[in-house]
Amino acid sequence: MKEGFRQSMAWLHTWSGLLVCWILLLVFCAGTASYYRNEITLWMQPELHGAAASQASTEEAAKVAQKAMEERATGATRWFISLPGERNPAMQLGWSKPSQPGEKKRGRRGNFHSEKADPATGEVLSKPRETRGGEFLYRLHFDLHYMSAIWGRWIVGFCAMFMFVSIISGIVTHKRIFKDLFTFRPKKGQRSWLDAHNVTAVLALPYHIMITYTGLVTLMFLYMPSGATAAYKGDQDAFFAEAFPGRSGDSKPAGVAAPLTPIAPLVRQAEQHWGGKVERISVNHPGDANATISLTRAGGRDMSSKQPSMEFDGVSGKLLSTDGNAQPGAAATQGVMVGLHVAHFGGPLLRALFFLSGLAGCAMVATGALLWAVKTRQKQAKALAAGKRASFGLRLVEALNIGAIAGIPIAFGAYFWANRLLPVALEERSKEEIACFFGAWALAAIIAQLRPSRAMWRMQLAVGAFLLAALPVLNVFTTNSHLGVTLFLGRGPAAVAAFDLVVLALGLGLAYAAFKLKPLPVKAAKSTPAAKPATTMEAA
Amino acid sequence: MTMHAPAVLEKIACLRLSAGALYRLGVAARSVAAIVGGYVLAALVTMLLSVSLPMARSEAVMTATLLSFAIYTCVVMWVFATRSALRAWLGLLIPAAVIAAILQSMDALSWSLA
Repeated sequence: MKEGFRQSMAWLHTWSGLLVCWILLLVFCAGTASYYRNEITLWMQPELHGAAASQASTEEAAKVAQKAMEERATGATRWFISLPGERNPAMQLGWSKPSQPGEKKRGRRGNFHSEKADPATGEVLSKPRETRGGEFLYRLHFDLHYMSAIWGRWIVGFCAMFMFVSIISGIVTHKRIFKDLFTFRPKKGQRSWLDAHNVTAVLALPYHIMITYTGLVTLMFLYMPSGATAAYKGDQDAFFAEAFPGRSGDSKPAGVAAPLTPIAPLVRQAEQHWGGKVERISVNHPGDANATISLTRAGGRDMSSKQPSMEFDGVSGKLLSTDGNAQPGAAATQGVMVGLHVAHFGGPLLRALFFLSGLAGCAMVATGALLWAVKTRQKQAKALAAGKRASFGLRLVEALNIGAIAGIPIAFGAYFWANRLLPVALEERSKEEIACFFGAWALAAIIAQLRPSRAMWRMQLAVGAFLLAALPVLNVFTTNSHLGVTLFLGRGPAAVAAFDLVVLALGLGLAYAAFKLKPLPVKAAKSTPAAKPATTMEAA
Repeated sequence: MTMHAPAVLEKIACLRLSAGALYRLGVAARSVAAIVGGYVLAALVTMLLSVSLPMARSEAVMTATLLSFAIYTCVVMWVFATRSALRAWLGLLIPAAVIAAILQSMDALSWSLA
């Protein structure tokens, strides 16, 4: 289509990147935040900050949990217990009950109840405000919102495929990939943007390739079901049963009552077998003669997302099956790829590195979009100087850039502000928080369409900067766990203090970007819309 | 964004299309070839690998599916790198037809389309 291979790949890189960059930016931002979804959820439930759960071993906690469940979850058909771990001092108790006749079924999760409890006493921790917390951002990252999850996943997958093509063609088109890593020419308009794009892309290139491909792999049987259907003659369930053994179907209750065996000794047995902690316990048909207990090991020991599990008879306590100890090559590869994407294996340092790489990914997408606008504006410089309007495409891209790059931090900020300011007893509170996220974003994006100018950039960046950087201040007025307590008095929780510091840093970054966009002298104001150094873009 | 080759100019004269329109038509043809044709070809290669790789059945499916997105990417890049949109379409259709025929002979195609 063009003269040479490199040129055609440059074309492919530009367009496959530009067409989906605004959705990608949202996916990247929400995904980057999801590395800390537990911490974000904790921050968004200030009622739990003071109630630091007491320390208890998994074995003791299992005993306490079983007692609490037998008292509170009468008539439940399944129990789910998450034992306390490194990132989660409280334990989570959940159970589902069969729906009563005449009662309306509420979706897939049915009559599911969940609560946080102290692992030493089994008492319910004070009920936190209703919020979806980091879970919303995590879901947004691959399900999007306001549409069925399946549509969201296809759209995100489509965009991820574009992104992967864009990354690979971007590498192919790049002549001096290593040298450019050390090249940054600030305050040179288009060239600065090119350098910023190169640096953010190349610096974290292995991460970008890994995260995009493994993202596709997490949902690969949705996107590419043809292999399984061909090899299993259309019976995908047979494939899943063979490829992921141990996911035993729901056993039928016997209808004969029998007491559940103590779980704590089973936890000890499993921990001795694995040499690692048990994280999850699930019990099928507790109190029935056909009860089964399944224990899953805690993550963080190896890279795979699949953790080994053991299944026991619920009455006799006899070991029924172990699984996941040794996986065949390809299945293990898939597990590791999914594990790499979700990064549960990493310690605090590695997780922080993934977070920074994710921010570099956001910056790569943002600078790429800006680079296109700056380049195209330069191509149209003559027409613009003659007093003509910019082309429709250019105006659209410039407006979408403001709406996405400056608008997404505003949406995140609004979500966190809503969490603190909405009345705690509000009906459907978690939905209202999400409405604030999208409401603020829509407002920012629509206003940007009206006047996509340098002043608009400045205004929206400043709003985003304020919303994020002022969160620690808002905390002082709305909670008892502000930085003064969590950091200076050293009472923790550390995760809450870290959240405040990170949003403060991101907000200051945005503020710096807004500051650098100070109005140009009238004459020069028309030439380039923006010339910010790359460092500030990290925040967007 | 213009094309210079004399052969192309002849084609333009022939079809009475402006260079710009012809260029756009070419891009559209390649885009459809890359997105739709590329997916179909990648899916067919995945099927062929799934039924023919010399390993346990579930392992073959897993391996083939893991590779499918890399195959898709290569196909897309080739579609935009090759000389003409016509070549791009032929380069997709011919291997797709061959693989489909092999799969049909192995009785592995009809199930997937059902």
